[in-house]
Amino acid sequence: MSEANVPMATHGGFMEAPPFAIPSKKLVMWLFLISDAVTFAALLFAYGYIKNASPNWPTPFRFSPSIVNVILMTFILVSSSLTMLIAIRAARAADKASAIRWTLITGSGGLLFALLHIREWLGLMKQGVKLFENPWGSPMFGATFFAITGLHLTHVLGGVVALTVVALGYRRGRYDSDDLETWSLYWHFVDLVWMFVVPMVYLLNVAR
Amino acid sequence: MSAPRNVKDNLKTDIVVYFVILALFGVQIALAYQNTQGAQLLVRMLAVALIQAGLGVMYFMHLRDEQRNLRLALIPATIFVMLMMNMIWSDSFRLLRMRPFAK
Repeated sequence: MSEANVPMATHGGFMEAPPFAIPSKKLVMWLFLISDAVTFAALLFAYGYIKNASPNWPTPFRFSPSIVNVILMTFILVSSSLTMLIAIRAARAADKASAIRWTLITGSGGLLFALLHIREWLGLMKQGVKLFENPWGSPMFGATFFAITGLHLTHVLGGVVALTVVALGYRRGRYDSDDLETWSLYWHFVDLVWMFVVPMVYLLNVAR
Repeated sequence: MSAPRNVKDNLKTDIVVYFVILALFGVQIALAYQNTQGAQLLVRMLAVALIQAGLGVMYFMHLRDEQRNLRLALIPATIFVMLMMNMIWSDSFRLLRMRPFAK
């Protein structure tokens, strides 16, 4: 008997409840975030390894403009997590308009963060920082800095696109509040990763 | 009418956590400009970052509201992998201080 002839109705009897009592897509997001956390951890460990093994690691970040910029970026990113929480509450309360508005505000926060980050990059490039060259010390500084902050920036931009798509789909009825909540996990994760990137990459390398 | 009050209370908790995370970031900035150097500064920075991350995962990502089994499935394995990554440090010291041509 070919597979096509197996009655599909019998499959219903084998369906199990979602594991951990959460929707499968939320579980998949958690598993993705765990693997992504390990990816970022590996990059930060590699950064620490190279810094540790380099005798002349540069400390280029002055309070103004670099650290002031980082303070502003962190404030925007953490605040965008709060606006995402408000969006999720609105979605749970079936206040669709408010949920969409707060989700788009969150995305705007991410976009602002990205613009500030690019400004920071351009400032460093203007000072002569390239992937394998800089005016201060170990040539690996640029490679590690741009790799870690670049991966994080990619995550932020990906999150902005995903939140916009899900918000618009939620308005059209294609996605529901569970989808919004699943993507909010991703957004909070991007925020949490920044909590480790800032001290490791910026605050341990401030110019004194 | 209890549901809306719950929602409001939870939001209040989230706002408190939001300010605590920002305050901890302020602590990190203050630490960066103290005279502490090297490994001690790194440990302090990472300790603060871990508290921030823990608050974010438990309150913003609501992991504390999920089943304990989910927490057990996610957290120990992640910590184990990250602890295993610490094996690289001895090699990074070797490159700088134990190389054959080091004086």
